[in-house]
Amino acid sequence: MSVIDELQQAVKNSPRQSPGDEHPMSNFLRMDRIPHIWCPTCGIGTTVNCFAQALERCSIPLDDVAVVSGIGCTGRVAGYVKTDSFHTTHGRAIPFATGLRLGNPKLKVVVFSGDGDLFSIGGNHFNHAARRNLDMTVICVNNFNYAMTGGQVAPTSPTDSVLTTSPYGNFETPFNLPFLAESVGATFVARWTALHIHRVTESMIKALMKPGFSFIEIIAPCPTIFERKNKFGDGLDRLKFYHDNSEIIHGAPTKDVDIGLRNKIIVGEFVDIERPTFIESMNAYLKRRLGSDYDIYEG
Amino acid sequence: MSRTEIKIGGFGGQGVILTGFIIGKAASIFDMKNATMTQAFGPEARGSACSSQVIVSEDKIRYPYVKRPNVMVMMSQEAFNKFSPQIDPHGIMLIEEELVDPAGLPDTVTVYSIPATRIAEELGKKIVLNMVMTGFFTAVSRIISREAARKAVADSVPPGSENLNLNAFEKGYEWGLKQLEG
Amino acid sequence: MDGDHACCEGALAAGCRFVAGYPITPSTAVVERFARRIPRVGGVFIQMEDELASSIAIQGAVWAGKKAMTVTSGPGYSLMMEHIGLAVMTECPCVFVNVQRGGPSTGLPTLPGQADMMQARWGSHGDYEIIALCPDSPQECFDFMIDAFNLSEQYRVPVMFMMDECIGHMIEKVTIPEADKIDVTPRNYTKLPPDQYLPFKPAENMVPEMVKAGDGYRIHVTGLTHDYRGYPVMSADCQEELVHRLVNKINRNEEKIRHIIATDIEDADVVVIAYGITARVAVDAIALARKQGVKVGLLRLVVVWPFPEAVIRDLANKGKALVMAEMNYGQIYYEVERCAQGKVPVLLAGHGGGDVHKTEAIAEKIVEANKCLS
Repeated sequence: MSVIDELQQAVKNSPRQSPGDEHPMSNFLRMDRIPHIWCPTCGIGTTVNCFAQALERCSIPLDDVAVVSGIGCTGRVAGYVKTDSFHTTHGRAIPFATGLRLGNPKLKVVVFSGDGDLFSIGGNHFNHAARRNLDMTVICVNNFNYAMTGGQVAPTSPTDSVLTTSPYGNFETPFNLPFLAESVGATFVARWTALHIHRVTESMIKALMKPGFSFIEIIAPCPTIFERKNKFGDGLDRLKFYHDNSEIIHGAPTKDVDIGLRNKIIVGEFVDIERPTFIESMNAYLKRRLGSDYDIYEG
Repeated sequence: MSRTEIKIGGFGGQGVILTGFIIGKAASIFDMKNATMTQAFGPEARGSACSSQVIVSEDKIRYPYVKRPNVMVMMSQEAFNKFSPQIDPHGIMLIEEELVDPAGLPDTVTVYSIPATRIAEELGKKIVLNMVMTGFFTAVSRIISREAARKAVADSVPPGSENLNLNAFEKGYEWGLKQLEG
Repeated sequence: MDGDHACCEGALAAGCRFVAGYPITPSTAVVERFARRIPRVGGVFIQMEDELASSIAIQGAVWAGKKAMTVTSGPGYSLMMEHIGLAVMTECPCVFVNVQRGGPSTGLPTLPGQADMMQARWGSHGDYEIIALCPDSPQECFDFMIDAFNLSEQYRVPVMFMMDECIGHMIEKVTIPEADKIDVTPRNYTKLPPDQYLPFKPAENMVPEMVKAGDGYRIHVTGLTHDYRGYPVMSADCQEELVHRLVNKINRNEEKIRHIIATDIEDADVVVIAYGITARVAVDAIALARKQGVKVGLLRLVVVWPFPEAVIRDLANKGKALVMAEMNYGQIYYEVERCAQGKVPVLLAGHGGGDVHKTEAIAEKIVEANKCLS
């Protein structure tokens, strides 16, 4: 089944609404904050929808979930999901999540933020949380630019991208996020586009159920800025581009999955390894060294 | 009264800011008056109620915000609902007639309406609705001169699109003149 | 025990069970002691990648239900400013310890300073009030750390514990009381059910009740200006209500938070005002000046922020000349001068740090102030 078929199937299967019906997402979204601020055909809302479905299918009680965001368009996710949710400072969602998770290891902690927030100003925190294998799922919506501030070049903007601070085209080399994530120690790494909704949901389920540091990159249209400035058309045109140019290669060597402005996009689940988590290691080491003076830490 | 306050409202993407910019430019650069423009926007880039505010005056403008607009240009219902209570009781209200129901205004406010979006669509580009609105504003409010407004339009739109935008301006201007007569 | 170690023990006694830190002289001994001690009492220490991370990781832990703190010195403190603002805005009770050294920049890593006092007050952007305490001995590092945690819980505000290198590394006897003799303020959790609870609605004392993540309240917490629900509201009205309350909940309770120690000021013509290690040096200087016939007393500020304006105004109204002794070129000095309103002479005994004051330097200022009176 092609992704377009999948999309149509999903639309067909989604429950019909009559006026007065409760919104099917009302248990998951803060309906008193809707409408949201995202532009029509922006990809962020799609990823939130996938996330809601993933949580439901994992049967994780929403009371046990905490969503942490930084600043930016994707940084607004924490403001709309009806879980305990924290909208922190720019780039610092991951260290906040570190404290939250270590403070209460029963919480399912999810960091939901954008590429600029997680990999520019917050880049170092990503590296260290992955290195420590802290229990958290990091979902990065990558729209290749700083959209909230009006479309500046980001560390993920493909070379040649035209943005307000790269008006003559970006001459820098962007990050290859799956390669970066694998190098610094993430135990689960996947990449999809906002078109691959079922696969996004499936990967989210795997990430949520997997102990340790899991990372999902979702490439998403930014119709107002990135697509317009780089002449990709609107959000729908961009989904068509994803459809025509995505190639699924599970287990692809992450060093080969870098993204060019108009090149093929390699998607798939690239990394799935086992490694003791921060809390597992801490408990094992301290128990061995301190014996009866140490109680296994459970929060 | 030397100071005239103008508030333009609509949803993001309608060209609310550019309309204010052109009015201010016409007044200050081409009509040799003083103008101050401020804008209000949320974090969202599209769809929310946004506004631009222009003050035109013979004298130097000090207080920068619009408090009680003499002229309002409202292009969406949300903006109308949010902003219309601020209007000067003897002010004039210009609306996009297919998008705004001007209910609840005091009788003393004069309302002028125009199907700006439809006119823009007939010209082939929905996005020039703000130029239709600018022409309409120029004719009805008589705060800026037609010549100054035309120069400001030509000076503010992307190169190559001057004719389309000036056409849109003229359609709005003509509609305004007709409304004044009728 | 030195001040750094006593600070750690005080925090543990206050119930602190999560510490995030980054090594920096002269505060490193505090994190080292936490790393050894906290696993034995059921807590977690994590050495973060930098001070930006430390200063927000503790806030994650607070929302998970822990009492938490971080500790640093000048350069690291500068990096933490962002999250002092976040803690103020989200009313996150936590403690920031600054073992002050000489600055600016890398300055004097191993030598004392008291020049971060205004940074503690104003360092993060925006307008706000915090609480700052200055201990003058290892014993006080223990005792007042407990106060610091208690105040942070009572007012839901980040509390600055402003030590200095001298006290941090100074070893003295520290008496640790029995656990049941230590007064610990528990977090003020709400008793309201989720459908009635508004996370940022002020209760009595202007301070909202708290909840923690995972308890089913599904709260939203943001550094943006927010309403009682915690939802962002971008308006001047909401800003006025929220920020005014954040300021007032400290200012209007200044008298309750106030902690000063006054010695021999009733009959004094001159009063020396000092905090931290400088207050101890001032005691000797006062003895020296008294030998020269000056009637002089000491006003020691334990809580420097919020500033005890009324106390200084009262001294000025009584016509006492004031000498501000601090290790900088005038920070609290200007606060004192402001409150004195030109009624009495106000002199600064200050220097740039790197060493405590010479006793004679303060004594000379006392004598000079006395001359100004006559």
